[in-house]
Amino acid sequence: MAEHRITTPLSDETIEKMRAGDRVFITGYLLTARDAAHKKLVDLIKEGKELPIDIRGQIIYYVGPTPARPGKAIGSAGPTTSYRMDSYTPLLHSLGLKGTIGKGSRSQEVKEALKKYKAVYMAAVGGAGALISKSIEAQEVVAYPELGPEAIIRLKVKDFPCIVINDMYGGDLYEEGKKKYRID
Amino acid sequence: MKIISLAEVRDRVKNLVQEANFVLQDDVLAKIESMEKLEESPAGLEVFRQLKENALIARQEKLGICQDTGLAVFLVEIGEEVQLKKDDGLTSLREAINEGTRRGYAEGYLRKSVVEDPIRRKNTGDNTPAYIHWELVPGEVFKVTFIAKGGGAENMSAIRMFAPAAGLEGIEDFVVETVDQAGSNPCPPIIVGVGIGGNFEYVAWLAKKALLRRPLGSPNPDPFYADLEKRLLERINKLGIGPQGMGGRVTALAVHVEAFPCHIASMPAAVNIECHAHRVMSFEL
Repeated sequence: MAEHRITTPLSDETIEKMRAGDRVFITGYLLTARDAAHKKLVDLIKEGKELPIDIRGQIIYYVGPTPARPGKAIGSAGPTTSYRMDSYTPLLHSLGLKGTIGKGSRSQEVKEALKKYKAVYMAAVGGAGALISKSIEAQEVVAYPELGPEAIIRLKVKDFPCIVINDMYGGDLYEEGKKKYRID
Repeated sequence: MKIISLAEVRDRVKNLVQEANFVLQDDVLAKIESMEKLEESPAGLEVFRQLKENALIARQEKLGICQDTGLAVFLVEIGEEVQLKKDDGLTSLREAINEGTRRGYAEGYLRKSVVEDPIRRKNTGDNTPAYIHWELVPGEVFKVTFIAKGGGAENMSAIRMFAPAAGLEGIEDFVVETVDQAGSNPCPPIIVGVGIGGNFEYVAWLAKKALLRRPLGSPNPDPFYADLEKRLLERINKLGIGPQGMGGRVTALAVHVEAFPCHIASMPAAVNIECHAHRVMSFEL
């Protein structure tokens, strides 16, 4: 399994190199969004309106961090479960979103969208939010501050650690891993 | 008659919710370390390493072990010989617990994860209301147990009303299938709380109560259910889901079962899934 040090925004060439099981360290910017923000974004798209953020080439991180203590960039900031965003994700990929980060498995529709639009789904370690906060250098609310922990935040990250779960070739680390260790 | 001040309850609750979220308790850490020895997958071992490092950072920096600092769920065991004293503007025990929760989550920089209505979904902004279960007990006991219950694992929980003919085998399969279907979603390695018996609403509470048992992994005092816990853990850890679902030997850290009498026509079962970030603590006054 390969290791990739990548910077945002992501190009097709970068996505093409990433395979399920590869370790990835991201430097650049991530956009956060979870349930409520996704609903707002997709409602805007369906109404033909402009989004408050440019998602082309970007990575969305499914996270609702704890508030930052004074003098700190952020609080605890690990991934939330991804399947809740499944119904929104293919549309966002169709508009140029290149990656998502969360935890847990995705729907067949999302996996198909990764192939069709050249994108990738990655996981960070769920329940390791204090450790993950160490790779986040700054945050800025860019949309929906009224959503509190569900607002869209732009995170400045350095060597943010994750692992490729679903690649653009149909690879699936969860399925492969489980098959390898299952005892019937 | 023991007299307890509501202000003291509030202040202890305030500290309890913070400490539980910052400090992974020794029994949970010990269980993580003992189960790590069974893991064979390199990805799984890396997850265990990160969980231990995470616990250290959370404790040192007073950060949430997980960013989902949970619904604030309480079990309050209150003795019949306890009298509560109004204090500092507090007039009820529920209010004291809610105010302690409110202050604890605000002052501890913990996440506010409650919406005031399930459909309209506006955040209450202070992580209240607390979810409080009351148990009246004899004597002068006053014990408050807290669990910070994250949403991701809670969502993977299930309840089923079996006919008695389904037998123990039916329940065992249900538990294992529930864990298998949850897969990578609830942050494995998980803890599995199982309720058996009671009725529809009580069995769900039994499953939650099973999660409150400490130390983590200690057996049910009834050898029949202790044996069931062991068997279920073995079956679950053959599923291959592994830490974070990336494949491995350790899908669950522990299975706790609680049973209760039930109707002659019924055999309810409930599975309450809990993530590895198991934040349970209590205090007594």
